[in-house]
This record gives sequence, structure tokens and C-alpha cells, in this order.
Amino acid sequence: MNKIKSLDDLRKMKQSLEHGMNIREKSNSPESLVQIRVAMATCGIAAGARTVMNTLIEKIEKEKIPAVVTQGGCMGYCYAEPTIEVKVPGKDPVVFGNVDSKVAIEIVDKYIVNGELIDGVIPTNYQTINEQK
Amino acid sequence: MAQYKMHLLVCGGTGCRASQSEEIIKNLNTEIKNLGLENDAQVVTTGCFGFCEKGPIVKIVPDNTFYTQVKPEDCEEIVREHILKGRKVTRLLYEDPETHKHVEDSKHMGFYQKQLRIALRNCGFIDPENIDEYIARDGYAAIAKIFESMTPQQAIDEIKKSGLRGRGGGGFPTGLKWEIASKNSADQKYVVCNADEGDPGAFMDRSILEGDPHSVIEAMAICGYCIGATKGLVYIRAEYPLAIKRLQTAIKQAREYGLLGNDIMDSGFDFDIELKYGAGAFVCGEETSLIHSMEGLRGEPTVKPPFPAEKGYKGKPTNVNNVETFANVPVIYLKGADWYNKIGTEKSKGTKVFALAGKINNVGLIEVPMGITLREVIFEIGGGIKNGKKFKAVQTGGPSGGCLTEKHLDTPIDFDNLIASGSMMGSGGMIVMDEDDCMVSMAKFYLEFTVEESCGKCAPCRIGNKRLHEILEKICAGKGTEDDLEYLENLSKVIKDTSLCGLGQTSPNPVLSTLENFYDEYLSHVKERRCIAGSCKALKLYTIISDKCTGCTACTRACPVGAITGEKRQPHVIDADKCIRCGACYDKCKFTAIHVQ
Amino acid sequence: MEKINLTIDNINVEVDKGTTIYKAAKKAGIDIPVLCYLNLEHLNIENRPGGCRICVVEVEGRKNLAPSCSTECTQGMVVKTHTLRVLNARKTVLELILSDHPAACLTCSSSGQCDLQDLSQKMGIREIHAVENAKVSTYRKDASPALNRDMDKCIMCRRCETICNDVQTVGALSGINRGFMSVVAPAFEQDLEDSPCTFCGQCVAVCPTGALTPFDDTNRVIRALADPKKTVIVQTAPAVRAALGEEFGMEPGTLVTGKMVAALRTLGFDKVFDTDFAADLTIMEEGTELLGRLTKFLAGDKDVKLPILTSCCPAWVNFFEHNYTDMLDVPSTARSPQQMFGAIAKTYFADMMKVKREDLVVVSVMPCLAKKYECERDEFKVDGNPDVDYSISTRELARLIKAANINFKALPDEDYDNPMGESTGAGVIFGVTGGVIEAAVRTAYELHTGKKLQKIDFEELRGLEGIRMATIDFDGIPINIGIAHQLGNARKLLDGIRSGMYNFHAIEIMACPGGCIGGAGQPLHHGDSNIIRARFDAIYREDAGKPIRKSHENPYIVKLYEEFLGHPMSEKAHHLLHTHYFEKHKI
Repeated sequence: MNKIKSLDDLRKMKQSLEHGMNIREKSNSPESLVQIRVAMATCGIAAGARTVMNTLIEKIEKEKIPAVVTQGGCMGYCYAEPTIEVKVPGKDPVVFGNVDSKVAIEIVDKYIVNGELIDGVIPTNYQTINEQK
Repeated sequence: MAQYKMHLLVCGGTGCRASQSEEIIKNLNTEIKNLGLENDAQVVTTGCFGFCEKGPIVKIVPDNTFYTQVKPEDCEEIVREHILKGRKVTRLLYEDPETHKHVEDSKHMGFYQKQLRIALRNCGFIDPENIDEYIARDGYAAIAKIFESMTPQQAIDEIKKSGLRGRGGGGFPTGLKWEIASKNSADQKYVVCNADEGDPGAFMDRSILEGDPHSVIEAMAICGYCIGATKGLVYIRAEYPLAIKRLQTAIKQAREYGLLGNDIMDSGFDFDIELKYGAGAFVCGEETSLIHSMEGLRGEPTVKPPFPAEKGYKGKPTNVNNVETFANVPVIYLKGADWYNKIGTEKSKGTKVFALAGKINNVGLIEVPMGITLREVIFEIGGGIKNGKKFKAVQTGGPSGGCLTEKHLDTPIDFDNLIASGSMMGSGGMIVMDEDDCMVSMAKFYLEFTVEESCGKCAPCRIGNKRLHEILEKICAGKGTEDDLEYLENLSKVIKDTSLCGLGQTSPNPVLSTLENFYDEYLSHVKERRCIAGSCKALKLYTIISDKCTGCTACTRACPVGAITGEKRQPHVIDADKCIRCGACYDKCKFTAIHVQ
Repeated sequence: MEKINLTIDNINVEVDKGTTIYKAAKKAGIDIPVLCYLNLEHLNIENRPGGCRICVVEVEGRKNLAPSCSTECTQGMVVKTHTLRVLNARKTVLELILSDHPAACLTCSSSGQCDLQDLSQKMGIREIHAVENAKVSTYRKDASPALNRDMDKCIMCRRCETICNDVQTVGALSGINRGFMSVVAPAFEQDLEDSPCTFCGQCVAVCPTGALTPFDDTNRVIRALADPKKTVIVQTAPAVRAALGEEFGMEPGTLVTGKMVAALRTLGFDKVFDTDFAADLTIMEEGTELLGRLTKFLAGDKDVKLPILTSCCPAWVNFFEHNYTDMLDVPSTARSPQQMFGAIAKTYFADMMKVKREDLVVVSVMPCLAKKYECERDEFKVDGNPDVDYSISTRELARLIKAANINFKALPDEDYDNPMGESTGAGVIFGVTGGVIEAAVRTAYELHTGKKLQKIDFEELRGLEGIRMATIDFDGIPINIGIAHQLGNARKLLDGIRSGMYNFHAIEIMACPGGCIGGAGQPLHHGDSNIIRARFDAIYREDAGKPIRKSHENPYIVKLYEEFLGHPMSEKAHHLLHTHYFEKHKI
């Protein structure tokens, strides 16, 4: 093990290490982050939700977007799986259906980064992350 | 490196380990492997979450799902349902005692909402046996920053400015303490961390050492730099094996990274830490006793001055702070004294960790900003009184604190207010009592502890506390007089006024505060021979209601001392002189014919 | 020295920085009562644990009361020593102490000598407010040949502990148990006899109550005196004559040799002899041994053991048997004067008187408690019959005299009996630190050089400092001498020798502060070291007034060698007057 010799050493080390702690840090203040929930019930997984989730995690990591990706149960839109719910701070949550990796990246680039809506929004009349008690 | 989607934080503190948390960790890992989720989910052993009432705790992030009272056999379900399918295991979620609804995540639990975790910032969050996780959370950045940009005096000034006061009980300003030690010159100085947590029911120091040992190590090194000490000693109870192990691991890792040892981070500053084990005497929490104990002498206090800052361990200037105080230090440098001194009240800055216990729903460890009220702590964080009973009093400050009542509930908690109310901060014990608790018995109970724990050096504490206890016993036995109450008060005051160390100077507090707040209860014990709370056994009077008694003789057979007599099918009677108030007759009677007064 | 100004009871006092409130008050003429506090200023012995809390005072601006014995004065301090708050606190605390102390004053051997009893009278305690059936702390009793421990009477003043550990470095006593059951005892509450205790008895000398008391031999002495078949003779140690008077209200330092002899005769002793005679004999043997070793050393013998260590003090002998087992061949083999006396009495004198050994009872009056242990050692017995039958202390003798209704002060001065009552000034000074070595130098110088001493007084060997060193010119040969009193100082000296730091030819060691004058059998000093100082001066006065001041000039000693022993270190002398040492193990 190399010894830490300076504040710089420590900073570098921290940068390489904080990656592993990211999801824990984000959980501390989810309300200030973009919250993306991927429906991960059997139907979702069958439709490729796992891949979508991985894509989302990689994407926000790459773009350094302050977002947290969690998984949820079935939202009831089995016809439109995989579905994801996106809650941008200060905005109402939005649900997207039939999300594949390509759409997922589009959602991040357009909706999350630029605030543009894209096709595939499912009208919402269900309980949101925000309302959960 | 695997990109985990989830972390499963499992409490590896002493409390949860006692409820098989190690088994839970093993099962979770096995199940994750079985389902091929090794790249998705990581199990992390952390320190205490504080919610010990409902341990073992498994918390899943990033969604903050908070599973309580998890058993090893629940692991399969957690992994299959939650990790694999994203469905929370509802039955393991925390249930709000009022609404009886399951709470989806910890952010919505009353227990956590009012807390502000500074000293406990890493407890229940990082793996205490992994220095990397500490570094990832800005660990050792405080000392690095000090080395780069601060002189020892500047570093001391920062602590002074923060307003941090000693969390071990005394509330002495930490920065001032450091400054005094820094100004006494000597060829060797020492930094001592007091981890001899002696208050019954208090475990904040243990939790910090188990959950975040590096923050204490870093703070000790900072203190060493400030006062010019190259040696650190942690005086820790031998009964804390897990804390000792975690601390040893942490010290080893810090040495490997060059964060302890010679020329730390090329600063030219040397510092290393050694552990010293205590045998668990309460009085060894007092700093002069602690130092004597470390020197291999009888653990008893000596008159101050000289203070340890002048003449401490091995006669050298020594700075003693407790674990919680140290745990606050690195954050102060990272976020600044100005950030810290905005938290809390005018004279008590920052937060305080309390151990909630007694007749309260959420028994556990909490950290709250100074200035919070007892009401918020007890009813919001603590979830109110168990079984819907009525709140009667809360004992703060451990066995030598005082009992506070209803009228103190809205007083903001800080060092000075607690003393003004007749109690003290102590190390942060908080024991809640309800209407069934007899305050005379309570005072007796605490005295029993201080009588046990007195070192015996000074006469008032050695003999006086014994006598206080005897008088309280006498009162509880229904043999007290009003004169006794008068003597009780005088004796209590003299013990406080004349005892050598903090133990005797505070041990009569439970007596004085209950005399002040519950004098009626004392009076009814000595005048009417009655215990309002109904807890003093000797004052209970068992009689048989002859109208209700069928003469079934069940009570006669149950009575262990033959105090009940009577003909079959005729009303029985209890001989009060023979009766030992065991209540066996009361339990046996099917006709509610036994009356208890 | 920085000065501190303060007011105590409205009196302005100026003291040196570091002075305690208690001492400052004393300076202002204010007497604050103390109990655990003990300060023997001349001897550098201080016990101030701040434990009894009797000396508390009110200090303006301080929230609780301050123990005056251990609180240093600060600039501008305002102290009140006798406010109602203070008086109530003192009285309440004293009552507490008394509530855990047996109310057995009537039969307690310390009654009348007890600091606790005195304080309770002074503070007007007439009843003890305590709970009925209040518990008292009781402990196992322990009787050793030298002293008794009845810890039910212990008030945890810790004086004994300070003496045993800090002053004597013996480490036999320490605080054990906690809280209400705290007490000072040997480790594991074992018997003192199984501990490293040396029986120096200094713990007894400072005990403020009857918790530590001497083993009492007076009844056995009375029984012997009453037995018509027995011839009972007595020897009196040098230091006794300088202190016995105190027990009868006489000024400390009053020499009562003649009255003591008269009293002993009145008590019925058949012969009243002087241990000083045996001290002279000791010098003959020990001095010869020293000269022998010196001569060999000067002749280049590398194996010779130097420095020679004196062996008169039985507590010191116990100390090195416990702690310096690697050096057992270093001390002189000469027995102590008490034992030399006993050996000669039960041979030479018994023959002279035609008394059978078993019908001769030898009693010694000693300032010492270790002597009680010493006379019981097996090597000082012949077929189970001890050379010295009973050793009683100065205080026990005073009690015998009082019990016999003898008006001590009115007694005429009488002389010792012969042959073992004749002694020299050299024998007398055995009673003070430095005296044995001075006596040895007086004789060794003359025997070695063959010249008469010009000046008999060796001032350089005298004093009360714990460790003293001097070089005496033996006609061209410098002889380095070391002196230590109190075992802690002895330890420092011996460790210095072990490490090669010191180079001495002879060393004198006494276990008690000031030597035998400060022995544990002497009248209690109650913390006043002026008393020890006064006895010290008295001993040298007695020496100066003696016509003969060198042991080898004692005519009865000369006669003893001529008639009985032959010459110093002869085979007979070796048999009767020398001993050997044993390794003792601590637990």
C-alpha cells in the first residue's frame, strides 16, 4: 500500500473511491436529485428492464447527472413494459412506457437535461414517489 | 469495478449482532449469489443505525427501505422480492405505532426526521472496517487540510470558534481545553480518548467506535497536532470487544496508509495511538481516575488542580476528550466553525447524541441539535410512551442526573438549561418514566448504582451515598418519617458540596430533583404509607373482599407463607403481618376478590 | 518566588505561589481542622489525598466547598473557613464517618490518642444522625507478630498507604474494594505476614484511629514478672529514653533515662540493663567486619563485598530479604543490638547468675514494632527458647507504668545494673539516623589507624535529610559513607549501588523517619515532626554527656571479650552474635 503523502494524494484517492459510495450518498438526499424508478417486476424484467436500468445508471454516471436510479415493483402498465418513472425536483413525476436502452438515453438527454417531453409518456393517475407515506 | 444498483446496509453493531446480524449478512450474500445478483447488489456491514428497539436493521439504498427485526430466514425473501423484483417486503417495514401503517423508507420515519447526525454521520452508513469508505466520505481530509493551511493555534482557534463543548458530561469548551494543553510545554504530551462509557444504558461512544472509528482516530491526531502531542491513548472498556476490534483494525489501516505513524503526510508530525483497557468502573470516566487507571493505579480521582492539561498521564500534559467530542472534530474543519456554530443554542453548539431508554416506544440512539425540546425527543423521535401510558418524568444525564417532569418538556435541551432545571447533560442518557414508576424507588435505584460505583476515596461519597440509599430503602419499606426527608435533603446537599469528584458532586441529583418535583410522593410514602405509583411492594396491602370471596381456597394454597386462612366455602382473610406482598393470591383468585391498595 | 495575596476570614495573607489554603490559614493564625491530612515537614512526608473532606472551606465564586489541605491559593482568593455552610458540611461529614466506625472507644487501644475521637470532641458531636440498622463496613481481622489490623476502624485516610508505598516503597498496603467497602489492606486482603510487609510499623505510627495498632505484649510481661520462678531482666533501646517522657506530659526531647530505670525497677524487673551495651558490642563486631572487608579490598581482593550495609534495623533486614535477594551477602552479618543482648544474656549473664536459660526472661523495651517480629525469628532461638522473650514498645512501657500507678515524673534518677548496663555515647546514638555509622567510624578509625580521634563528633554524618553522603579520611584513605533513613530512600541508595552510580564503603540504613527515634513504638507524633527533631537533639545531648564515647573503650565490653568471647569475630562471637539472611518471596 502506498502511503498518502498529501492532501492531493488524499483527494485523488477519494475521487477513485467515492464512486463506490455514490448510491449511498445519493440516498441521503433523494429529494434534491432526479429520481428514476425502473419497474422491475417479472413483466418488466421479461421486457428488458434490467438492461434499461443498467443503461440508465451508466448514462447518468457518464454525464455526471445528479440522479438516483432505484427499482420499483410493477406499476400496472404491463402492456407498456419496461416502464420508468422520472421525478425531476420541482416537477411532477412522469412515467415513460416501452423504454429500451435507446429511449432511456433519449429520456436522459432530452427530458432530464433539457426538460423536453418525448413520446411515450403515460398519463398518470397513480401514487407517485412524492406522495408515498 | 462492479456498478452496484443497490447496497444492503446491515447493522453490525453490538446490539444487532446479538440478534444474529452476522447470520443475516451471510444469508443475504448467499442468496444474492444464488440468484446471480453479485454485480447488482452489495452487502455492507455498517455500524449502528440507532434504532435499536427494532434491530436487527437492514437498510437498502438508494431507496432507503428500512427493514426492522430482520431474521436470518427473512433474507431469501428480501433478496428475491426486493433485490430481484423490486417489491418491498412489507411485513418487515417499520410500522408506525400510531397509524399502524408501514413506512416505506427511513426518510419518512418520525425517528429520523428530527435527527441531525454529525457525530453519527457515518454510523450505519459506511463499513467501519474499510478505511476506503471513510476516505470516500472526506475522511482524513480535515487533518490534511490542517497540515496544508493551518498552524496548531489556528486549528485550535477553529474549534474555539465552533463552540464545541465536551460531550462526556462536563461540557468544558473543547478549544479552550486544547489551548491550555498546548501552552504547557513538556518533552512529551498525550492525547487521551475517554471511551470508558459508564452510564448504564448509554452506548453512544461504543456505537461511534463500532461504526466510525476513523473519525475518532483522525480527531485525536488533529488534537495531537494542536497541542503538540505525539502519543494518543484510547482508554476503552474491556467489555467493548467489538469496538476494540474495529478500533484496532482502523488503527492498523491508518498506519498502512501513513495516516498514523511518523511524518504523517510529509507534515513532519508524528502521531500514533495505543489502546488501554479499563475494567469498567464508572468512576474511571472521571479524567483523573482514568489517568490513574491507565497508569496501573487504583482508579480513583485526585483533587484538581492540577488538571490533566498540566499534569496528566505519567505526569505530562494530557488532553482528555471523550469519543463523541472527538467524532465532531473532523466535520468542524470540513464544513467550518461557522457552519457548526449555527447549529444549537447560544452557549451549546452542535448536536448531542442521546440514548433513549425506559418506557418509550423507540428505544435507541439519536442525535439531535442542541435546543430541541424534550417533548420533540420523547414524543416525536421517541414515538411517545409505551402502551399509551402517561408520561411522568425523564431522567437525563445518567445515574447522577436529575428527573425532569412535564413542566420541563418544552425547555430547549442544552448544557446550561439542564443544569438550571436540576439535572445535567451527562453523557446523554435519557430514561423515560411513566405513571407506574415510583419516584422514590427511582431515586433509590440510581443511588444503588452510585453506591456500587463510588470509588470509596472521599467520605461523603463513600458513606453518604450509602446512607442516602438506606434512608430511601427505609421510605420505600414504609418506615420513613418526615425527619428523614429533611435529613435526606441536608445530606444530599452536603454530599454535593463536599465530594471530591464529579461522581459524588452529582450522585444526590436524583434525590434532590425528585424531592423537589415529587415531594408529595415522598410525603405519601412517609405519612400515609402509600406509594401512589403502586410500585413499592412493602406499601401494598392485600385484603380479601368478603362479598366476593367464595372460599374456594385457591389463594390459601397459592400463599407461600400461610398468611391466608379461612374455612372452606367461607370468606378468607389475609394476615397483613405475615403477608409478604408477593401477589400470588391476587394472580390465583378467579373471583377478583383480592383487593390491592 | 511569586507571591499570592488572598483573604482568609477577612485577614489578608501573603503566601508563596503553590501554598495551600490550609497552610495559608495557619500562617494567618486560623486553625482549620484536618483528619486525613498529614505533613511531617522535616521529613518531607505528606499525605493529602483530599479524602476526608473535613478541612473544607468556602471559596468565593466556587460552586462547591474546597478541601483546604489540597487546594492551592490563587491571586485575590476570598476564603471563609467557618461559615454555617462549612460547619454544617464538616459536622455532617464527620457524622457520616462516625456512622461507619465502631463506637468502642472505651476499650480501644487508641483511645485518648485517637485523632478521630479528638475531632469528634472538638466538633461537639453528641449524636450520630443515621438510619436505624445502618450498615457498617466490617473486614477480617489480621494479627501479625508486630501489629494488629482492625479495619472496621479504618476511615480511609490513606496515611498508612502513603507511608507504605510512597515513603517506604514496601507496597504491602493499598486501597482495595470499592465504595462503602473500600479499605486499605494487603493485596487480596491476605494476612500482613504473607505480604511484603517489613513490620516497620510506620503505618501504625500515622494511623489516626485504632485501625492499626501494635501487637500488645504487656500482659505476657506482667505474667513473667509475677512468676516467682523467673528471673526477669530488661533492656532499653537508645531511642526510648528520648521519648518516653512525652507519654507523661513532658516536653518532647526530655531525656528520662534515670526515671525510666527507676520505673522499671519499681515494676519488678530483676535487672535493668541497657541495649546501648549491646550497641557497643555491635560496633565491635560490625566494625571489625568492616575493617576486615576494607583491608581485603585495599589489598586488591576483587570478590570482597562492599559497601558493607548495617544490619541493626529489623525492618530494613526484612526489606532487603524481600527486595534485594541478590544482595543477601552484602549486609553485615552482625545481629541487631536487641538480639546480641539476648544471646549474651542467656549465655554469659545466665552463667554468671547461675540461672537456667528457660528461667531467664529477657524483655526489651523498643521504639520499634519490627523488633517484636525479630525476636520471634527462629534463628534467634535455642531449642525453641528465644534469646529475647518479649519486646514491648515505648508506649507499652508507658502503659505498664501508668497501670502500676507509678508517678513517673516524681521518680528519682537511678542507674542501670551491671554488667550489661554500662554503655558509651556511641551506643546511645544508635537511636538516630547516622548514629550507627558514626559509632562505627569512631571505633574503626582508631582500630585501623591506631591513632586517637582528634574530634569525636562527626557532624557530616548527622541530619534528617533522607539520603546523606560523606567521605571520612581514615588517615589518608578516603572512606565513602552513605546514610539513608526511610526505606524508600534506602531503595534509592541500593538501586544506585546496583547500577554502579554510587561507590560506597559503608552504608547505614534505618527504616523509620529519623531512625529509631521515629520508630513506630514511640509516642505518637500526630503529624508534628518537631517532636522527632526534639528527640534527635536529645540523643546527641545524651551522647555528649557520656564520659566514654567510643564503643571499644567500654570497660564491660572489654571484659566480655576477655572473659567470654575472646575477640571480635571469634568463633564464639560468630555463633552468638552473627546471623544469616533468607530470601523472602512476595506473592
